[in-house]
Amino acid sequence: MRSFARVVAVLAFFAALGALALYFLQPGMLPLRTKGLSAAPATSFIDRGEYLAHAGDCVACHTEPGGVQFAGGRAIPTPFGNLYVTNITPDDETGIGRWTQDEFYRMMHSGVSRDGTLLYPAMPFASYTRVTREDCDAIYAYLMSVAPVKHPNRPHELRFPFNKRELLVGWRTLYFREGEYVADQEQSAQWNRGAYLVQGLGHCAMCHTAVNALGGSSESKAFEGGMIPNQNWYAPSLTSNREAGLGDWSLKDIADILQAGVSQRATVYGPMAEVVYNSLQYLSDDDVQAMAVYLKGLPRREAEPPPTSQERLVSPRIMESGRAIYQKQCSVCHGPEGKGQAPAYPPLAGNQSITMASPVNSIRMVLNGGYAPGTRRNPRPYGMPPFSHILSDEEVAAVVSYIRVAWQNSGTPVTPAQSNELRKLLPE
Amino acid sequence: MNLPGGLRFLGKSLLARALAAGLILVAARMACAAEPPGSPTEDTVPSFRTLDSMEARAQGCVTCHGQSGQGTDNGYFPRIAGKPAGYLYNQLVAFRDGTRKYPPMNYLVAYLPDDYLRELARHFAALRPAFAPHELPEVDAATLARGESIATRGDAQRGLPACIACHGRLLTGMEPGIPGLAGLRPTYITAQLTRWRVGERHAPEPDCMNRIATRLSDADITAVSAWLAHQPPPREAAPEARNLVRMPLACGSQR
Repeated sequence: MRSFARVVAVLAFFAALGALALYFLQPGMLPLRTKGLSAAPATSFIDRGEYLAHAGDCVACHTEPGGVQFAGGRAIPTPFGNLYVTNITPDDETGIGRWTQDEFYRMMHSGVSRDGTLLYPAMPFASYTRVTREDCDAIYAYLMSVAPVKHPNRPHELRFPFNKRELLVGWRTLYFREGEYVADQEQSAQWNRGAYLVQGLGHCAMCHTAVNALGGSSESKAFEGGMIPNQNWYAPSLTSNREAGLGDWSLKDIADILQAGVSQRATVYGPMAEVVYNSLQYLSDDDVQAMAVYLKGLPRREAEPPPTSQERLVSPRIMESGRAIYQKQCSVCHGPEGKGQAPAYPPLAGNQSITMASPVNSIRMVLNGGYAPGTRRNPRPYGMPPFSHILSDEEVAAVVSYIRVAWQNSGTPVTPAQSNELRKLLPE
Repeated sequence: MNLPGGLRFLGKSLLARALAAGLILVAARMACAAEPPGSPTEDTVPSFRTLDSMEARAQGCVTCHGQSGQGTDNGYFPRIAGKPAGYLYNQLVAFRDGTRKYPPMNYLVAYLPDDYLRELARHFAALRPAFAPHELPEVDAATLARGESIATRGDAQRGLPACIACHGRLLTGMEPGIPGLAGLRPTYITAQLTRWRVGERHAPEPDCMNRIATRLSDADITAVSAWLAHQPPPREAAPEARNLVRMPLACGSQR
């Protein structure tokens, strides 16, 4: 009996030792390299860094609305409380002016800050870990070259226990796989370039892979879509042809929607408009083409069976009301048969984002309208007006139900309650 | 005939200028005549003539501001037609960058570049739709008199300039940055003055409207909004030319 107690004690000791080791060693910490800094990087290297910073969309989070670029301060609402994004201008006191190239790489690659604290995964280091050392160095060189701005970082406002960064050790064990992108030799150089951009700097998985209650995204569900926390937009699956699966899209349409924000098939609005506006419009034709090749080749997964005809049933009264609203308010732009006038006004017939299981985006568009982003290739976009003050919840539900099932669209009807829920939220 | 060259030549004589103005007027009349007649409500239903036009691109604005920017009978959405392009542009930029807060507008223009916002501003600045009648606030004669006094004479004791000193004798605004007040709802004017007073709405520094609004009491704001709403539509809807008069306060939006 006594020896059993001893065994338990020894086991407990090792368990405690293990926990302590985990706590202090903080997996993911890299020993700092002592490579000499290149004091004066070439112009072309800084240019490349700027290009890559666009690809990584650093500006979107690290700039406050109306604030100085990269000076931080923007609040990122999360289900766990508000995060305040940091200043990444090279200011010595409040920015990253004293960071070394090695420390910057460790942050991008391992999610560990200069002082050794673990970063919250709102910073997409789980994607940026795929970025090569050389590309990280170029981004570093670019950030060091911008004007320093003195703008102190604001402490995060996270609820207990999420304000305990030590807990991130657990999150990292579950969801973080550290490592630069490894090329797939079976695939073309173009496909690999696309994969590198989509998985790495593009951090597409941050929205297009469902996020669970712990704020993690599961690799096995990569690009299968999900609600974007706190933004109330649905990021469609990139693998299901029922959603934004790109399997039957032409490469040109994929490249167009990424780079111009509009295409013959669909148009981007909401959070994806922001990504195109801040990031993708600046990418080269070659890189956008490479991303298109990779995205088109994503394995097709039919997450759920198409809705049955029973589920698609809409009462004739609602269908007629929806049709009447559509003909009056929508048909001048989207056409009496929903064919649209692409790329100005996107088609609704056969548009996957209209018919996918989640009706959130369609309802939001009817309520709040939206302009496609103004981009270098499409600087004068067309826009849809809001209808929230013109249509009641019943009318919104009727017209959205109509466009989801008319013209052989394979969607399901929506309810006034679904419209009402989204109406209560202010647009972002 | 090379029209632009010809017009440039014509522009040299005063008589020809008058002729050109006449021609433009006639053209504008014809454009108006071509417009389908519609009740105020019909004016908020999307419609356009040519796909590749600013009219078609501006359809994102019409359910709130009306087909010609004349405002609507729904909510307190303001008339934007005929306001100086510089003012409209400043507002669009402020909505985009979040320095003027109204979530539906912030959302709509969030990802639109400067040049395009300028084009949208010019589009609505050039429109001259008729002034739609709107509801009149029921206030007593004393309140109206107080409103008239502030709007037309100001209050030297409190360092309060008259509205018309900057917003124009006909309340149609002044190029490039001061908005017309004619045709605005009292609810809209009250809300904006209040927002300015509490610091929710700003203009480029020096923010003259902030200096003015912080000198106004609630009763002043009610009075001035009511008087403005009671004014008949102006005979000439164009804003006054830039700085014909010396402004009593320096305004950042006039620079």
